[in-house]
Amino acid sequence: MGFKTAYARVHGSGSAGEGSHHWWSQRMTSVALIPLTLLFIVPFGRALGSGHDAFVATYSNLWHALVAILFIIAVFAHLQQGLQTVLEDYVPNKAARTVSLLANTLLCWAFGVAGVLSVASVLFSA
Amino acid sequence: MVQLTLPKNSQMRIGKTWPKPEGATNLRKFQIYRWNPDDGENPRVDTYFVDMDTCGPMVLDALIKIKSEIDPTLTFRRSCREGICGSCAMNIDGGNQLACIFGMDEVKGDVKIYPLPHMPVVKDLVPDLTHFYAQHASIKPWLETKSNTPAKEWKQSIEDREKLDGLYECVMCACCSTSCPSYWWNGDRYLGPAALLHAYRWIIDSRDEATGERLDDLHDPFKLYRCHTIMNCTKTCPKGLNPAKAIAEVKKMMISRTH
Repeated sequence: MGFKTAYARVHGSGSAGEGSHHWWSQRMTSVALIPLTLLFIVPFGRALGSGHDAFVATYSNLWHALVAILFIIAVFAHLQQGLQTVLEDYVPNKAARTVSLLANTLLCWAFGVAGVLSVASVLFSA
Repeated sequence: MVQLTLPKNSQMRIGKTWPKPEGATNLRKFQIYRWNPDDGENPRVDTYFVDMDTCGPMVLDALIKIKSEIDPTLTFRRSCREGICGSCAMNIDGGNQLACIFGMDEVKGDVKIYPLPHMPVVKDLVPDLTHFYAQHASIKPWLETKSNTPAKEWKQSIEDREKLDGLYECVMCACCSTSCPSYWWNGDRYLGPAALLHAYRWIIDSRDEATGERLDDLHDPFKLYRCHTIMNCTKTCPKGLNPAKAIAEVKKMMISRTH
């Protein structure tokens, strides 16, 4: 409680001066993912079920490796931004929000970098 | 997490069934939310029967009839009875409406009436809109100018005036904001569709000289960007306005500043 006026409560600490970049980048990654998903899924699907050698053969190709790396970067960037939005929406507790936002960023980076390294290692070991 | 269940003292109970009016042949059943801050009881849903042969066509007509003929303790806001004051906004048949311009023929079966969702209740169908009004005040809903005041008037072309159509008609009834899930979960910080529509109304006013400052004020992950284009606001607006589009225009203007 307290005696803060309604206007003071609404105004809070003012505007953060950010948010538009996050919003725009979320839209840009989703648009980029339309062609990237299609380009990624065809060679990936073809190699699927044909064992390790088929994947090595696919991602030794510079074009396929490039598409896969761009796809992985866009997917995890988009996932991080989207989950951040969900957490900000649904986790009102300050401490829980901070911890979950940190975990989200860390995990998305970890999985994204792991994916990029995996493709790169296949490409460069060929 | 988001509260999905009501706290114990907010859980609704089945309330009183009021006697049917004598001699009436064309009865309609109303189920209305009741809560009295003074009796310490939980909210309840009372059942009323209204004789439709002697009642006007709008939901507000029935509410006024109930209050004057059946139960004078039933509390609700109303004033103009023609959709211009925005007082009688309430949740009717699952949607937010102005009771005065919402016809009972649009409701199938019993008429269920609740206060606007997710707002503190003052009594019965009266929500506490203090925070909602403060949010409106925070977007500075007036003309901001820096040039010297002209001798006669701030001129506006017919084309520029037309840009305010679909915005100036808003009566601040709060139907849109209280239908928005983002406003339910984060209404303390998210300004909500009504305040943002008004913000846009002043942002695109050709006479206003504070467009940049207005955009600066909205540039915030919570004030503006909790809008996820859910569109409940546009669907429910009893005046047929499109707050979602106004918010989208504000987001576009934000981006146009950086590109």
